[in-house]
Amino acid sequence: MSEDEKQGGTGGRRPLVQEWPLWEVFIRSKQGLDHKHCGSLHATDAKQAIQMARDVYTRRNEGVSIWVVPSNAITASDPGEREAFVDPMADKIFRHPTFYELPDEVKHM
Amino acid sequence: MYTQSMDTDPETRNPVAKVSAVGRPEEQRFQATVDAEGKIEPRDWMPEAYRKTLLRQISQHAHSEIIGMFPEGNWISRAPSLKRKAILIAKVQDEAGHGLYLYSAAETLGQSRDEMMAALHSGRAKYSSIFNYPTLTWADVGMIGWLVDGAAIMNQIPLCRCSYGPYARAMIRVCKEESFHQRQGFDIMLSLSKGTADQKAMAQESLDRWWWPVLAMFGPPDADSVHSGQSAQWKIKRVSNDELRQKFIDATVPQAELLGLRIPDEKLKWNTQTGHYDFGPIDWDDFWRVVNGEGPCNKERLAARVKAYEEGQWVRDAAMAYAVKRKARQHKEAA
Repeated sequence: MSEDEKQGGTGGRRPLVQEWPLWEVFIRSKQGLDHKHCGSLHATDAKQAIQMARDVYTRRNEGVSIWVVPSNAITASDPGEREAFVDPMADKIFRHPTFYELPDEVKHM
Repeated sequence: MYTQSMDTDPETRNPVAKVSAVGRPEEQRFQATVDAEGKIEPRDWMPEAYRKTLLRQISQHAHSEIIGMFPEGNWISRAPSLKRKAILIAKVQDEAGHGLYLYSAAETLGQSRDEMMAALHSGRAKYSSIFNYPTLTWADVGMIGWLVDGAAIMNQIPLCRCSYGPYARAMIRVCKEESFHQRQGFDIMLSLSKGTADQKAMAQESLDRWWWPVLAMFGPPDADSVHSGQSAQWKIKRVSNDELRQKFIDATVPQAELLGLRIPDEKLKWNTQTGHYDFGPIDWDDFWRVVNGEGPCNKERLAARVKAYEEGQWVRDAAMAYAVKRKARQHKEAA
């Protein structure tokens, strides 16, 4: 016990040393499906993050596999440049199968 | 559980002034997305007041889940059977989970978990006033599930369509689990209502205490609800306090009848013209007293929360120190 605590002072209460790092959680709900982002949590390391993700995000069979990724390791595209960057390619309609007309004789393709 | 539809932040209590003129192009684009039932995601542009409103609402909601564990947690060691004990533990664990989903959603708006904790522990942040009432009997545990969680479901279902993506997604997960909470509460009430005269009396006494505070959970009447206009425009709040309250009463009265319990409202009466129940006046002075810190358990709840947090500090510190040390060792071995 520090001197300050012995004296009953509250001034000795340290500011929080360090918030536990933030992790993003991805869950595969069943075999055959992709892992899907479901939220985040704080944990000291990857192993603990996996255990906590199990307790927080899969209490009712929501998942068969869990990924955790440090949030600061994710690089994301800029939402402000969404329109320019993720171009819908509306001018390239030939990329879609409906662009091509088939003779009636071809029933399925 | 458990948002409470109220605005206790004086800064945003003047919605008329805050309704933006919708001038700038990014603001127009934002409102157009919201109007078209689109979602706003964390890194999208959003008005500062939208961000602040959501941050306050989501963090209050998260705090309510966390504080909400206390009135029920008190009964885990006193549950009347192993079955009830196992159910209650699972239920309280869910509440912790709901708090974590919501803190996670709130953090996407740019406030750290520590800041939110500090706001709760200092008393600056609010949580649902319903948890400032005591759980004196086992029937109160049933009442929290049946009525408090029942009221929460009414409130939370429209929030699943909230314009802010992370909040909406968290609410979908919460709502899926909430239904178990309400049913386990109703199941407790059902057992008591089929029990001895003493058990029935316990159920009735509990309903007498909880009914009015639960109705107040929906927040002040629409006429006095200051921030509803802006929140509706932003599609954060989609159904008004009074509408939700009416819906809850209409759904709950037949359930009480089935339990053979009397709702403590002399004015409660089915209105054939409106197709709804009429009900008596709510004591809003009591509501505001409790919101402003003078409820039966405000101090106790906050003190219990602060104590738990402080007593867990060394565990959090030790876990962090261990992780840092292990990482350093791994680096050394790799070098």
